[in-house]
Amino acid sequence: MQTYKILIVDDEAGMRSGAERSLEGFEVPLEDFSDSVIFSVRTAATGLEAVEAIAADKPDMVLLDYKLPDITGLEVLERTGEAAKDIIVVMITAFASLEVAVNATKRGAFDFLAKPFTPEELRSTIQKAARHIYLQRKARRLEEEKRQVRFEFVSVLAHELKSPLAAVEGYMHLIKERLKGQELSSYDSMVDRSLIRMGGMRKLVMDMLDLTRLESGRKKREIAPLDLVKQARNAADAVTEQAKAAGVTIELTLPEELRANADAGEMDIIMCNLLTNAVKYNKPGGKATLTLKASDGWIDITCSDTGIGMTKDETARLFREFVRIKNEHTRNIPGSGLGLSIINKVAQLYGGDISVDSECGKGTSFRVRLRSAAPVPQPVVSLNPAVHGISQ
Amino acid sequence: MITTKNILIVDDDIDLLEQTSLTMKAEGYRVATAQSQEQAEETLLEFIPDLAIIDLMMEHMDSGFALCHHIKKLYPEVPVIMLTAVAAATGIDFAARQDGSASWMKADVLLDKPARPEQLRGEVRRLMRI
Repeated sequence: MQTYKILIVDDEAGMRSGAERSLEGFEVPLEDFSDSVIFSVRTAATGLEAVEAIAADKPDMVLLDYKLPDITGLEVLERTGEAAKDIIVVMITAFASLEVAVNATKRGAFDFLAKPFTPEELRSTIQKAARHIYLQRKARRLEEEKRQVRFEFVSVLAHELKSPLAAVEGYMHLIKERLKGQELSSYDSMVDRSLIRMGGMRKLVMDMLDLTRLESGRKKREIAPLDLVKQARNAADAVTEQAKAAGVTIELTLPEELRANADAGEMDIIMCNLLTNAVKYNKPGGKATLTLKASDGWIDITCSDTGIGMTKDETARLFREFVRIKNEHTRNIPGSGLGLSIINKVAQLYGGDISVDSECGKGTSFRVRLRSAAPVPQPVVSLNPAVHGISQ
Repeated sequence: MITTKNILIVDDDIDLLEQTSLTMKAEGYRVATAQSQEQAEETLLEFIPDLAIIDLMMEHMDSGFALCHHIKKLYPEVPVIMLTAVAAATGIDFAARQDGSASWMKADVLLDKPARPEQLRGEVRRLMRI
């Protein structure tokens, strides 16, 4: 519950107390936000008193009589100056003439009340003003949060790009000054390392494009009946070289047949990312196992490794963007820190999610559950051969 | 140049570690490397450095600070060059090259990452009074 401060400025004592009474215990509900607003009321009898009251304790709202004994309501606003800028002003006047209305609006009055008014009229005007303040503040807060999130994303991204850039730059300097003599082949390892770091940068840029496309909903999706068993085999093939180099064996536990309505590229992202992780964070001689299973309208894609595993603290942080678990074992493993965020976003497109089970030193198992990609029992045979482009 | 001076280099980026190490070896220094504060502290059990070049942000944001403090406690006379990319990573302006903040960090010199080889060589020579 919020409490907004109202200052009522009127030279008629009866009007002041009447308005005060009308707002006593008055509550404006804000159903959409499961919140509400109540009011604390102060009063002032003259213009100068009002200026002082505003300076001493800034109200959220001012009910301002136009015709005051000393200075006019408009002058009160002028004298309050900058401080009055975001106060919501409701002008009260017996001379509800068009001229006063125009003048006051020019100075930012939010609304009018023509004297005499009923308590209901007052409350309905206050309700409108309170909702306005509430929404305005809410919007401002959301905007600030959005800015903060964007700032953090961009700073981390910049840092992640700066590190490989610095590494490549460093090698270029050493090559330029011929640190290892004139023999070109002496520089092979520097060139190789530079290429590896640039590859990492490329991966980061591509992952970021994937992620922003998924987030904005602009990614083109082609949902079609898909042979997931074949997809899994392809994914395993794609990671084979990397696995060999790391001394890791890839195993597939696949059903005879598993078809689903899904986007081939998205399934590829999930399976390749999971398998790559299982290889990267493994030990020589270790195993990476990709398992597909269908049950009760869910498809489970599970990928287990016999790798380095994670602590509870590490798994808790794992799904945040750019989070890479840094420790003795992972220091030299390249990665963009976006892979799991991407998998998670894709899984959400299928009404699913990703979860992790890990034991430090023993290994990690990721499970992606997909819902809307409900299994299709048989391949869909199109009645119209032209769809398959047979004429070509 | 023949010297028997020892340099400890600590950086969690394997490539920057390699580059600094190559640059210093080419100068004739004996080099020990470590990729973390923890590894560096282990190395220090058997390697007595005449100078240390350490990265500020490693496994933790302040690993470099802690390590620098550790080195200065063991060997108060050993100069420390601290490499920082802090300003870029956090948006904080450390005013890192001001002498004031260097003494507060207990490092002798603060260099922005990436440091150019000639810059690093110059600072090392100056600090070792070669």
